[in-house]
Amino acid sequence: MDLRTDVGGLRLKNPTILAAGVLGTSAASLKRVAQHGAGAVTTKSTGVSPREGHPGPVLIKTEHGFLNAMGLPNPSYHEFVRELEAAKGDVPVIASIFGSNAKEFEEVALGLNKASPDAFELNLSCPHAEGYGMTLGTDPQKVKEITEIVKNAVDVPVWVKLPPLMNIVEVGLAAQEGGADAVVAINTIPAMVIDVESGYPVLGNKVGGLSGAAIKPVALRCVYELYAALNIDVIGVGGVSSWKDAIEFIMAGASAVEIGSAIYDNINVFRNISKGIAQFLEKRQRTLDDMRGVAQK
Amino acid sequence: MMPINAKITKIVDETPSIKTFFLDLTLDNKPGQFVMVWIREVDEIPMSPSYSNAITVQKVGDATSALFKLKKGDSVGIRGPIGNGFTLSGKSILLIAGGVGAAPLAPLVEVAGGKKIKVKTLLGAKTASELLFVKRFRSAGDLQTATDDGSDGHKGPVTELLDELDLRGYDQIYSCGPEKMMSRVLEMVKGANMASKTQFSLQRYIKCGMGICGTCSIDPSGLRVCVDGPVFSGETLIDSEFGRYARDASGRKVRL
Ligand SMILES: Cc1cc2nc3c(=O)[nH]c(=O)nc-3n(C[C@H](O)[C@H](O)[C@H](O)COP(=O)(O)OP(=O)(O)OC[C@H]3O[C@@H](n4cnc5c(N)ncnc54)[C@H](O)[C@@H]3O)c2cc1C
Ligand SMILES: Cc1cc2nc3c(=O)[nH]c(=O)nc-3n(C[C@H](O)[C@H](O)[C@H](O)COP(=O)(O)O)c2cc1C
Repeated sequence: MDLRTDVGGLRLKNPTILAAGVLGTSAASLKRVAQHGAGAVTTKSTGVSPREGHPGPVLIKTEHGFLNAMGLPNPSYHEFVRELEAAKGDVPVIASIFGSNAKEFEEVALGLNKASPDAFELNLSCPHAEGYGMTLGTDPQKVKEITEIVKNAVDVPVWVKLPPLMNIVEVGLAAQEGGADAVVAINTIPAMVIDVESGYPVLGNKVGGLSGAAIKPVALRCVYELYAALNIDVIGVGGVSSWKDAIEFIMAGASAVEIGSAIYDNINVFRNISKGIAQFLEKRQRTLDDMRGVAQK
Repeated sequence: MMPINAKITKIVDETPSIKTFFLDLTLDNKPGQFVMVWIREVDEIPMSPSYSNAITVQKVGDATSALFKLKKGDSVGIRGPIGNGFTLSGKSILLIAGGVGAAPLAPLVEVAGGKKIKVKTLLGAKTASELLFVKRFRSAGDLQTATDDGSDGHKGPVTELLDELDLRGYDQIYSCGPEKMMSRVLEMVKGANMASKTQFSLQRYIKCGMGICGTCSIDPSGLRVCVDGPVFSGETLIDSEFGRYARDASGRKVRL
């Protein structure tokens, strides 16, 4: 079964993409995920200067999902450009970038562009690094401005990753006006967990972002609304761990799905999901395109 | 998995720079597996249990210094056990330990002793007072020591003791310690065609300890030290970053 998909200006062999910040810190790690069947891989978000990230604990698994407060650790684009270059070759590589303003986004995009990534994903949605991510992604004006400046700086597709907002459509439209080739929804949801023995918040940063199965219904709602309102592609992310989850996102209107937390259970998740999608489509004699957005009733 | 609250029941000074913290819980780990130790308000760091209910820690920086300030009755959070641990096999084994690297190997020789496996240990440190768990290694089998200053045993790197041994005479070899030391061990076992029978416990910056963040991935395999390791066969490490570089908290490459 042919699962080739055109997504936000890229052609993928299947619609499963490694989400930003998961196994994306080195070329070797990205290549390993590609070898396990991902249709494309996204790097860890990279910025202008090195960041060590927040103190631990940085990731906690609870009965309701994962909470992380990594704090955007990265070695800066100056160093990461070599890793990005080495990561290319197997499947499309999407460079996730962040900054505190449009100028910084432009600087990082230009810096990493030397390694010819296949696309950029703008992290306008990380909930646990002050002054970055979500701080900007809630403001439609800033989203448009940042999208525009990166779009003008590079020749490859630019995707905009959004936070799970009530007014996500407004921000999605701003990204579209700025020239985005796709929107990616959603990043993690601000959350926390407290240790009742000691009374301390468990995450080193106290608050972090919730991911995994718990956020899937929220992400689906976002994808559903974005698909109805936007002309550009929507990529679904949040709690995908099986082919059924992926089909749900595609029925809501997603062109592809990104997968993060589910690699905890199995790094083969990409291959397993592709196989499941193929079987589902074969049984019904349908294509991915037929299925996309069928839940828009 | 949420961290479990563990109370410190006893603190033992092992060497001038190393202390053992006994906890009021059983860690239930295989030797070589590790736990993440949450020192509240400071950080969460990886430690390989040295007993079924204790960790043995060398003071090297912020988190370990904060741990050294804790007293009997204070508590830490424990998440684990994590990773693969050592695989015990054969009738005669050799261990090469350096510094605090002796921590996960001491429980290994005790398990080996219980199975009547013959054990020889080469233990190295800067100076005599820094040799860790001398009694535990001696009571489990044959022990030879080395110190940089010659204050105990051979004067020089512990790996020099390997020159006098026929490595092929052992069924399995285990090593944990500074990477410079382990990388010399790798060279020698490779030379003796024993790389596939040698297990190394690696130290890399570990953040999530769940195989998700990617911080501890090694080149060129992309294997994660936290869940695919921390113990790797020598064969996996030949022509890798091992012995050459590692990555710091930000992901920057640092030469060893
Ligand atoms: C699987 C594993 C088992 C370990 N077992 C033991 C043990 O039994 N006893 C023991 O004393 N030490 C052990 N270590 C090393 C120990 O984790 C570090 O010494 C400790 O994290 C240092 O923290 P710090 O804040 O005091 O030092 P820092 O000031 O942060 O740094 C000092 C050094 O420790 C390294 N380091 C810091 N944080 C981490 C981290 N989260 N993960 C890995 N390395 C880090 C740094 O690269 C640096 O070289 C183990 C490491 C690993 C990976
Ligand atoms: C440990 C961890 C690190 C993450 N780092 C980033 C990041 O650097 N940039 C980003 O845009 N999203 C980051 N995310 C969010 C994921 O890309 C994804 O949007 C979110 O986890 C939801 O998907 P999931 O449920 O499949 O994990 C991170 C998530 C996790 C769990």
